[in-house]
Amino acid sequence: MSEALLSVRDLTKHYTSRGTRLTILQGISFEIGKGEVVGLVGESGSGKTTIGRSILRLVEPSSGSICFAGTELTSLSASVLRSVRPRMQYIFQDPYASLSPRMTIGEILTEGLKIQGVGNREERLERARSALGKVDLPADAIHRYAHEFSGGQRQRIGIARALTLSPEFIVADEPLSALDVSIQAQVINLLRDLQQRLGLTMLFISHDLAVVEYICDRVIVLYLGRIMEIAPSADLYAKPQHPYTRALLSAIPSPDGNARRDRQILKGDIPSPANPPAGCVFRTRCPKALDACARIVPELREVAPGHFKACIRDDLN
Amino acid sequence: MLARSPIRSPGPFTRAFDRFLLNRAAMFGLSVAVPMLMIILSYPLWWRFLPNDIDLMAMNSGPTATHWFGTDGVGRDVFARVMEGGRISLLVAVASTALSGLIGFLVGAVSALAGRWADAISMRFVDLVMTLPPVIFLLVLASITGTGIWPTVMVISLLSWPLLARMIRSRLLELRERDFVLAARGMGASLPHLLLRHGLPNSIDILVVYTTLQIANAILLEAGLSFLGLGIAPPAASWGNMLNAARSTSVLEQYPWQWLFPGGALVLAVLAINFIGDGLRDAFDPRAELN
Repeated sequence: MSEALLSVRDLTKHYTSRGTRLTILQGISFEIGKGEVVGLVGESGSGKTTIGRSILRLVEPSSGSICFAGTELTSLSASVLRSVRPRMQYIFQDPYASLSPRMTIGEILTEGLKIQGVGNREERLERARSALGKVDLPADAIHRYAHEFSGGQRQRIGIARALTLSPEFIVADEPLSALDVSIQAQVINLLRDLQQRLGLTMLFISHDLAVVEYICDRVIVLYLGRIMEIAPSADLYAKPQHPYTRALLSAIPSPDGNARRDRQILKGDIPSPANPPAGCVFRTRCPKALDACARIVPELREVAPGHFKACIRDDLN
Repeated sequence: MLARSPIRSPGPFTRAFDRFLLNRAAMFGLSVAVPMLMIILSYPLWWRFLPNDIDLMAMNSGPTATHWFGTDGVGRDVFARVMEGGRISLLVAVASTALSGLIGFLVGAVSALAGRWADAISMRFVDLVMTLPPVIFLLVLASITGTGIWPTVMVISLLSWPLLARMIRSRLLELRERDFVLAARGMGASLPHLLLRHGLPNSIDILVVYTTLQIANAILLEAGLSFLGLGIAPPAASWGNMLNAARSTSVLEQYPWQWLFPGGALVLAVLAINFIGDGLRDAFDPRAELN
């Protein structure tokens, strides 16, 4: 891993709703190197989107530090933050909600440039056209409205919008999950292409482990707002250390019907963030849980080079 | 598919407008309101009497070739007064609607976007204004501000904005969490940008419908105030104070043209504008997009 472009330290987020305190994120720390693609996986409700949005300060974190290219983001004033924003962009999950129904594609794609005061009208439109070219859409789409495009096309417009400001860092929040399987391959290849061509650094949020394996250099596994395991992709998929990661990996459907791995079915649902289990939050569903798991909050520790896990058991192999 | 269809495609407003044109009641309203407006605005150019001219030869005269709508007790031409009253009613209605629309939009925007405290304070204020009984509130306000066009505009505006503020607030609260607004914030959008580029275009349906229905409502309020003697004071004409002047039993029975024409104009105008407002509301209904 080269020098870190983004470093998150001890990020916490909680909401108070009618007197109950909901802990959405607890003690999240990780780094992303320049040009690296890091996957963030976990069940629904584990806080993936909140991490992505906190990094871009679309959600205000409750505490912790987010350092981007040497700048501490959490303490920035609104006006300084505005000047940093073009360097980090967001790709949304739902391509139907992320494009304004009242604006033409040209207006959508030039909005960021206009906000940042880049160029005149003609130059901005030129950049919008070139962004459309990058995502394989015709340049005359700038006169059309979002509702005239299919889901896959809209998602590519969303990607083009993120690219107009020439960011270094992109948070892609489940960019495939709202799309048809046939379109997913198209979009994921486009993303990988762009990432490599433009040298982008990316945080790729997903719950599709097969896609994450395909595109990511490293993977962070999240459960109930806590990091369970961080490891290089190859390492994680070959030798998962945490019982939760093993359960997730065993749930990947295999194209070969006969070669079924022992599938571990996790019982129950993810616990409520209002009332997380004491000790290790995963212990209520963990097939390997011990009595000690209820007492000790497991620290994230390095078990192999670059491979971290938050589990007290080392005797699982 | 992309290559063959025309380059410029109809936007959401064009499509709403197309639906509006298909609405028969709204087209009827438009076909009444537009000619009425043109007659009211152009009457000094072709009508021979001024609203306060006194024709001593024809007091309380019924409709004739000279005085189409007859004359009143002091020989003033009812047609000219209905036209002049229409001008004042429309002026009051348009001005008060614009003012209350502006207040309502700004209060709604502030309470939706400027944080929790601003929201709580402005919404409690809206509650307060909404709980006041309208007629008594109008009477008190009118007795403070006095009579005349601008005091009447003020009174009507101060009564009408809370409803719009509520609607704008709820629209913007919903909008604030939408992904495309989040995307704009992620690109560094300021509050004015969010308000003008996203807030306004996405509330335009509320504003258009509010405006038309509120114009009709304001015409009625103005007539009511003037009828009670607190709106437009005589000798200036307004549909309300013409009705007030004609309310004695003898006038009601013997000179019906003195109240029939201003009353008819009032009913016709309010009805036509309401039809237009209903048509616009249907045209902007998001469910209509499905057809």
